Amino acid sequence: MEKIGKIIKVAGPLVAAENMAGSKMFDVVYVSEKRLMGEIIELSGSIASIQVYEETAGVGVGEPVYITNEPLTVELGPGLIESIYDGTQRPLDIIYSKTGNFITRGIHVPALDREKEWKFEPIAKKGDLVESGDYLGAVAETSIIKHYIMVPPGLSGEIQTIEDGNFTLEETIAVIKTKNGDTDITMMQKWPVRKPRPFLEKIIPNEPLITGQRVIDMFFPIANGGTACVPGPFGSGKTVIQHQLAKWANAEIVVYIGCGERGNEMTDVLLEFPKLIDPKSGKPLMKRTVLIANTSNMPVAAREASVYTGITIAEYFRDMGYSVALMADSTSRWAEAMREISGRLEEMPGEEGYPAYLGSKIASFYERSGRVRCLSQKKDRFGALSVIGAVSPPGGDLSDPVVQATLRVVKVFWSLEANLAYSRHFPAISWLNSYSLYNENIKKYVKKNIADNYFDLQAEAMRLLQEESELEEIARLVGIDALSGSDRLVLLVARMIREDFLHQNAFHEIDTYSPIEKQYKILSVINYFYNQAKEYIQLGADINLIETMKVKNKIARMRYIKNTEIDKIDEIREDINKEISSLIEE
Amino acid sequence: MLKEYKGIANITGPLMLVEGVEGVKYEELVEIMLTNGSRRNGRVLEVHKDKALVQVFEGTTGIDAENTKVRFLGKGIHMYLSPDILGKVFTGLGKPKTENDRIIPEKGIDINGAPINPFARDYPDEFIQTGISVIDGLNTLVRGQKLPIFSGSGLPHNKLAAQIARQSTVLGEKEAFAVVFIAMGITFDESQYFINDLKKTGALSRSVLILNLADDPAIERIATPRVGLTCAEYLAFEKDMHVLVILTDMTNYCEALKEISAARKEVPGRRGYPGYLYTDLSTIYERAGKIKGKKGSITLIPILTMPEDDKTHPIPDLTGYITEGQIMLSRSLYKKRISPPVDALPSLSRLKDKGIGKGKTREDHADMFNQLYAAYAKGKEVQELAVILGEAALSDMDKIYFKFAENFEKEYISQDEYENRAIGETLDLGWKLISVFPREELKRIRDEYLDKYMEQYKKKKEDAAVK
Repeated sequence: MEKIGKIIKVAGPLVAAENMAGSKMFDVVYVSEKRLMGEIIELSGSIASIQVYEETAGVGVGEPVYITNEPLTVELGPGLIESIYDGTQRPLDIIYSKTGNFITRGIHVPALDREKEWKFEPIAKKGDLVESGDYLGAVAETSIIKHYIMVPPGLSGEIQTIEDGNFTLEETIAVIKTKNGDTDITMMQKWPVRKPRPFLEKIIPNEPLITGQRVIDMFFPIANGGTACVPGPFGSGKTVIQHQLAKWANAEIVVYIGCGERGNEMTDVLLEFPKLIDPKSGKPLMKRTVLIANTSNMPVAAREASVYTGITIAEYFRDMGYSVALMADSTSRWAEAMREISGRLEEMPGEEGYPAYLGSKIASFYERSGRVRCLSQKKDRFGALSVIGAVSPPGGDLSDPVVQATLRVVKVFWSLEANLAYSRHFPAISWLNSYSLYNENIKKYVKKNIADNYFDLQAEAMRLLQEESELEEIARLVGIDALSGSDRLVLLVARMIREDFLHQNAFHEIDTYSPIEKQYKILSVINYFYNQAKEYIQLGADINLIETMKVKNKIARMRYIKNTEIDKIDEIREDINKEISSLIEE
Repeated sequence: MLKEYKGIANITGPLMLVEGVEGVKYEELVEIMLTNGSRRNGRVLEVHKDKALVQVFEGTTGIDAENTKVRFLGKGIHMYLSPDILGKVFTGLGKPKTENDRIIPEKGIDINGAPINPFARDYPDEFIQTGISVIDGLNTLVRGQKLPIFSGSGLPHNKLAAQIARQSTVLGEKEAFAVVFIAMGITFDESQYFINDLKKTGALSRSVLILNLADDPAIERIATPRVGLTCAEYLAFEKDMHVLVILTDMTNYCEALKEISAARKEVPGRRGYPGYLYTDLSTIYERAGKIKGKKGSITLIPILTMPEDDKTHPIPDLTGYITEGQIMLSRSLYKKRISPPVDALPSLSRLKDKGIGKGKTREDHADMFNQLYAAYAKGKEVQELAVILGEAALSDMDKIYFKFAENFEKEYISQDEYENRAIGETLDLGWKLISVFPREELKRIRDEYLDKYMEQYKKKKEDAAVK
């Protein structure tokens, strides 16, 4: 018989109920006759405080609370890719077809389609001894993603039967004989969202995640399996950066969480991704993407759950051995959801009204990222989960508790600056304040696979930009004419780096994605120009002649050269040589 | 059956606590009958065992604790609608303002609405020509967008909003449109300015006015924007109209929210505003948009006055995080007699990229606005430098930037209240202004467009000179 509690208090998304003895923390319950989904977040005697994932208007004292004795779980299996879910994994497209344009309450739809048949191809055979995480078989979920069906964690034994053919998610595809008897295996697993999925061990990430964004790949790279945060005031381009990464990062799976942000941004992703072609596979980007959309006007408690829903799905694909990138936009809205619930619980507030456990929640979220040796018998499968979180601090103030708590755990900091955004220098990532702590880790890989002098180029460019900011201070006091020729050359080249390399137009058909070879070539040419011009200046030449060189125009347009014709970039060195030698002759 | 209770346990500020109640629902509408026979409205903010906390929209002045009767109506606040609402005036709670404003309702809808399913949304990409260069050229407005005006007290935000309402058209289309004007705590003069303007252009008969003026009850403002947006949703998604919603002034709305939060003794977030201000504002702003398969749309222009012109204040700050850009007004431009005094650099329209370009405005639009921004930003920087060093110390190129920034403000941003510039004019004006730069400075514009438009422009200029 179903156990039933009784509501004694309703205050916004928080409901208190009595007669709840026996239920556990973070169990899912259904509130009132409308059966609104909620989660227990505090227990005191037989009274439970429940955060409700749906609007509570019209709910009153005395109404029932149905207890499930199960935590909040997500469904994992074929059908995840190309889906759009809300914060508690309800499929928004199915809800749309059932209830129309507006999300009504108390609607329950399974996350994965129960009717659809998938072609299951076994990898394991009858009689094989399998352990948790081992591949049983695979389903071609989309044209680029092979969805591996794994033995669920905590299960091991001998395969009794395993079948080839078309199955729905609820049909048995294999039977495993375990110590406790035969277990039927379907293609679907369930996993509680607040519990990280198991793996064998974590490994230090040592490869970069190539994003096609010059300022990121060449200046502040993120490792595949690493963590990064993008804080910035509104209008500084956080969402565009997140979208760019979701589009072009060389991850195999992308999970995009729109957490408490604008509805139209999710629509943009939904409409644009199917049209965009992945440069690697040549297939639409949507074929590798899972979307979680809990927009700002959707219930606040579900927003709190959305990041966990997203990261659990991401971990599941990581367990198959994929490299997964997760974008959370924005973690500040998630923190605000925690603050709102905490306030309603009348907890003692910490900084800025945020709960005292804010820091530990943020840390444990980011810690679910990483490069891992996946659960399996052979121990030879590796997966990676990179997490990139946007942070929206009030007024762009980096002393905000969410920013500070995030910076304590993430390794890459892309600091967005309003002033750059105002002059439409995008991505507005500050070259002076940002940092990446992965340079050491990825050194070996980069030297071998990209270029031996990658780090020298990077250091030289950063030095010039640093020097530029100092020289500008001086120029501001004494005027630019008072600077020496070599100082003015630094200003000239720094400007080239900023405008012709770091600036990247996300809406330009070619510039939106810059392959790493191209990035390297552009920066090399600018560096070459600097060295040649420096030599020339040291011979006592006039800086004004350098400043009016025609080749500057070519340098400025290197980034618009087609990605298939990047060798043309090298030819510019010749032009530089020619023009400088003609200057010398004069 | 509706239950009626007599006596109130506690009255604090705009809130009252009613005890011994049964079956009361959260967010339920409450009717309060005073001893003098007058009636007020409230809504349930919290229920706890047999107690209900009620927020009184008209304020608690004159309510006595002993004899006042309270009735719980078993439903939320509803707005009663029919196509006849066009041309009518309603109070901040959605009641007819005068006898003439009564309608025979077709249906009643809960003013809180429901969130639009993100899957059901259609991406706004239809260019709206406002005839204002600084908006059309640089911060393009599209149908279904929410684009606030961040202003300060004494700045001409009303003029700008009225001009947008007056001149907005979608190129090549004649469709049913309506204006919903929502006033929260503004003065009689301000609201009359809008009403007169609507009257002059003949748009009043296609407008719905929801008025909560400065002397109306402050707490009523919590309901006012929702009443207006319920009308807008009805017109847009049931009656296929393109609705322009003007909300003024959001600052007064937030103040009312703060008052209630303080009365409930909630832990405040920043500067005394409740921690849920973001969520609350989003339930207003996110009601703008377009829906797949529906003809209509809701375009939202909220106006807010930034306290002390500070854009990091929680109200503009949180608004900026929800809306799709912002039009920022600047006091220093206004003092320079640049009008509309739109500060182009911090202004932004997030949805412009899909609303401009070939087939929408013109192919060179995106590059042009990138270039104008870059040049204007550089020009402003040079101007600052000139303040320290003197104009004479600038390099030749810097002098061009200096002059450009001045001309840009005078010719491009500045424009008469009744001047309606077509998008082509605005773009050509851009070419005229940047033609002072040598070609290699114009890095943001593609070669092909430079060839096509710059040459065209120069030719035109030469021809004119010959004549």
